[in-house]
Amino acid sequence: MGKLLHYLKAYTKESILGPLFKLLEASFELLIPIVMAHIIDEGINNKDMPYILKLGAVIIALGVIGLVCSITAQYFAAKAAVGFATALRYDLFCHIQSLSYSEMDTIGTSTLITRMTSDINQVQSGVNLVLRLFLRSPFIVFGAMVMAFTIDVKAALVFVVTIPLLSVVVFGVMIISIPLYRKVQNRLDKVLLHTRENLSGARVIRAFNKEEDEKKDFEAANDALVKGQIFVGKISALMNPLTYVIINVALAVLIWTGAWQVEDGVISQGQVVALVSYMSQILVELVKLANLIINITKSLACAKRISAVFDTKPTLLPGSGAGQTQELSDDVPEVVFENVSFTYANASEPSLKGLSFTVKKGQTIGIIGGTGSGKTSLVNLIPRFYDATGGRILIGGHPVSQYTFEQLRKKIGIVPQKAVLFKGTIAENLRWGKADATQKEMEAALCAAQALDFVRDKDKGLDTIILQGGSNLSGGQRQRLTIARALVRRPEILILDDSASALDYATDANLRRAIKNLDKAMTVFIVSQRAASIWHADQIIVLDDGEVAGIGTHEELLKTCSVYQEIYYSQFPKEVAHA
Amino acid sequence: MHKRFKHKQTIKKVLSFLKKYWALELLSLLFAAVSVILTLYLPILTGDAVDLIVASGLVDFDGIMVILIKMVIVIAATALMQWLMNTCNNRITYSVVRDIRRQAFDKLTKLPLKYVDSHPHGDVISRIVADVDQFSDGLLMGFTQFFTGVMTILGTLVFMVSIDFWIALVVLLITPVSLFVAAFISKRTYSMFKLQSETRGELTAHIDEMIGQQKIVQAFGHEKEAAEKFQEINRRLQSSSLKATFFSSITNPATRFVNGLVYAGVGITGALSAIYGGISVGQLSAFLNYANQYTKPFNEISGVVTELQNALTCAARVFELIEEEPQTPDAPDAAVLKDARGKVTLDRVSFSYRPDVRLIENLNLDVKPGQRIAIVGPTGCGKSTVINLLMRFYDVDAGSICVDGIDIREMTRRSLRENYGMVLQETWLKNGTIRENILYGKPDATEEEMLRASKESYAHSFIRRLPQGYDTVITEDGGNLSQGQKQLLCIARVMLCLPPMLILDEATSSIDTRTEIRIQKAFAKLMQGRTSFIVAHRLSTIKEADRILVMRDGKIIEQGTHEELLAENGFYAELYNSQFAVM
Repeated sequence: MGKLLHYLKAYTKESILGPLFKLLEASFELLIPIVMAHIIDEGINNKDMPYILKLGAVIIALGVIGLVCSITAQYFAAKAAVGFATALRYDLFCHIQSLSYSEMDTIGTSTLITRMTSDINQVQSGVNLVLRLFLRSPFIVFGAMVMAFTIDVKAALVFVVTIPLLSVVVFGVMIISIPLYRKVQNRLDKVLLHTRENLSGARVIRAFNKEEDEKKDFEAANDALVKGQIFVGKISALMNPLTYVIINVALAVLIWTGAWQVEDGVISQGQVVALVSYMSQILVELVKLANLIINITKSLACAKRISAVFDTKPTLLPGSGAGQTQELSDDVPEVVFENVSFTYANASEPSLKGLSFTVKKGQTIGIIGGTGSGKTSLVNLIPRFYDATGGRILIGGHPVSQYTFEQLRKKIGIVPQKAVLFKGTIAENLRWGKADATQKEMEAALCAAQALDFVRDKDKGLDTIILQGGSNLSGGQRQRLTIARALVRRPEILILDDSASALDYATDANLRRAIKNLDKAMTVFIVSQRAASIWHADQIIVLDDGEVAGIGTHEELLKTCSVYQEIYYSQFPKEVAHA
Repeated sequence: MHKRFKHKQTIKKVLSFLKKYWALELLSLLFAAVSVILTLYLPILTGDAVDLIVASGLVDFDGIMVILIKMVIVIAATALMQWLMNTCNNRITYSVVRDIRRQAFDKLTKLPLKYVDSHPHGDVISRIVADVDQFSDGLLMGFTQFFTGVMTILGTLVFMVSIDFWIALVVLLITPVSLFVAAFISKRTYSMFKLQSETRGELTAHIDEMIGQQKIVQAFGHEKEAAEKFQEINRRLQSSSLKATFFSSITNPATRFVNGLVYAGVGITGALSAIYGGISVGQLSAFLNYANQYTKPFNEISGVVTELQNALTCAARVFELIEEEPQTPDAPDAAVLKDARGKVTLDRVSFSYRPDVRLIENLNLDVKPGQRIAIVGPTGCGKSTVINLLMRFYDVDAGSICVDGIDIREMTRRSLRENYGMVLQETWLKNGTIRENILYGKPDATEEEMLRASKESYAHSFIRRLPQGYDTVITEDGGNLSQGQKQLLCIARVMLCLPPMLILDEATSSIDTRTEIRIQKAFAKLMQGRTSFIVAHRLSTIKEADRILVMRDGKIIEQGTHEELLAENGFYAELYNSQFAVM
């Protein structure tokens, strides 16, 4: 929380004035019982009607001033809290955006999204409450005690005993129940998990006739939740009766003490009534304070989760920028891997071991290998989504770490495995590749990506709206649009990470041909499990368990590389392949 | 009007859930009534005591002692009643909530797959989790505060009138002002809150997209644009939030001000009345106490009413789910399919997901026991739909599907599905250990059987290499396994059950071709003598099939063996040859 507090700095004035006005209001509230005591002692006893009316007007005036003060305080508090959250949210968003793949993998996106949304909202309302109430309630509690002292020291001692006792009860119940609430929350998560599983696994569950077992599992989670809720409920149900008992017993003691003091002529009847009023005020404020503290604890937990994100620093830092890369002469290789190794954070085994190869400008490189052999890890190193843990990678003669991210990623067009599009029109999505792309450029890219036909078939063409997640397009259509998106920028290096898997063979073949026709100088990396997608490549890199099993053309590998042979013949039995 | 009617319906349903706990509810009401009466009696006692403390020499200690003893008894009884009432309310609320959740989940397992497929899962989850939670909060608050609030108001009125009618009238006249103020403010703030939550939703959607797909955002260097758009929405949220927060926070001081007015009103009229001997000082003190107690429930009730309205809206969403039409239940005399021979007949089957888009029309198919049927065709041609119909995830619109000569609608779903083993492209695994997942279809299998199944599906070697082996816990969505590994586990799961018929829908799409060849061999052994349906993209994987169905636009356009189809030189041949196209 401490670290987040500097977001309040811009609202220092509001953060001080808000509580101040609140205290002002509270002070007026504390005066009212005293005024009432005067009404009783002097007004009633002397039968002085004008005096009563005068003091009555004073009470109303105190109320009006209190109202004005408190509304002012609410305004300052709201302004500071909302401003605080807005600044915090923006910084957090930018910070998350600066995190690299490695950190995103460890933290997970869904929790980052909750932290950006509900956690910040919680902190905002926490700040708001603190500014409004945190000083007010203790002030009234202690103020009431002080006022009691001004009336009579002996009677005030009752307050001195009662307040700590009440605090012990209120905070004791809270200290016990807060961790229990957390437990209940975890049980609720279990209920959520079961529900989600049963939706996503509806087919499998029914296919295996497991409905009844799933119901039993859910019931167990549900029962555990309810048991927890009832248990916590029982404990917090103690709070009201206990505080009630303490306050009212104190009241009885107060009356008894008051009676003696009146008998001794130390205080008057009206002052006894005022003392009783102060005791009631304390009860009201303590209940408020307890609620406030529950909210603050929640906010603090959220603030902690937010701080944790800020504490995660991006491990990849951009380079200072490579010298203006001039047109490469043909003999400077476009991409060079020198003895590259790579291990994911938290992984014990390296995913890539000792990779070395050289790619010339305009070449097409095929990358093939079994599940988990490191194909995607390899291509992720080129745009520097991760840093190699050993060896180095050169692009255009410079190490990748020398480029700024912008420089580097402008050179590269990526089509990821998962075809992800964004809410907006098709044209807007294509402009991700190139912000100022013209209609012509977009159509050329669509054409190469074999997507022009179906885009034209849509009523609105390029202006067709894509729903979130691209749900109004088929898998193949989405995939082709993501290819077009990468092509719009005419990258120097194009990376297709198994991105034609939803396309049938004919479309896949046309696509490859069209990409080559679009730009002869483009260096293309194709990751695939289909031998047919890569056998035409200038170089094929065969990966096996993170190591290079062979590099060469299709013909060479077919003769020398046993892993390649195995892959190839598994897809094309010998008789067909030679046909 | 319509909304009110809907609320009425919802209340009726909530009441039907509450019926079961009538005894507890009765007790709760009783405890509440007693505790309210006792609470209200206390200020009278205090007042009586104050009246006995007039001035020096005029203090009646014996009288005070009697009153104090009474007070202590009343206090103890009230506290006990409050605690009992709270405990009852807790129990009622959470029991009702459990019942509602149970019913909702029960419905989930009975809903037709059509519902599951066509509704966003997040929405269904939020109904069962968040909405029910919100409802329970509202219900609990309603129980504890609504009833006691009303009781307190009525009780206070009675007590006040019994002390002094005119002062009571003053209180009665001023208090509604606080209700008007609260209503006035909440009406004004409603539109502000709406704008705030809309803007918030917009921002969340933006965050969801940009953070959710951060890798792509970074790959395309789109961070700056994303941040700019974010800040634009963020600024709008700031201004709408400020308005909503500020205006709604006026309610509190405003109602407190009205309370102050009531207090002042009682003080003045009470004091005046005391001068003329209408009431005593002690009674005035009791009145002042009541003035505080009387306005508090008004403020609370207006809060509770909004909370209750919210709770009802949430409850309505849950009930919507509970009342969703379930799949047609099995007929009581439904046949039980035992150890199917595997003769499957599709007779003039028509089906479509949406009435306006025809999909499968007049599909005929005759599968002999033990035959291997492959289905190929371009994306969206209806391959997976056929699987949906075979497993009776969906019912045919027209025509019939028979297994061993019995219409599948005339046998129990359970027995039909028991006879099929299914591996889908979507690899669904349960949250649990790897062992639990393999044993999913046959929990009583021995360790040897399980090991054999996982070896035959080539999952054993990767499982062995995991840190905890078969006891490795699969995280939600199987994040710690690769897609291919998950698919192997799904295959092992079916291998263990060995049902008489098999359905493989792109079952090996995420597995590399070398492993796939091995699994194919295992499958071949598994399929020996079993009727099987195979949907696949890679044509190499289905060449061995006894019959290949080529589908296009919901119809079978060609069928035959691999060789026959190639000789036919039609669509299949085109598809098949295109994979060898060289640039």
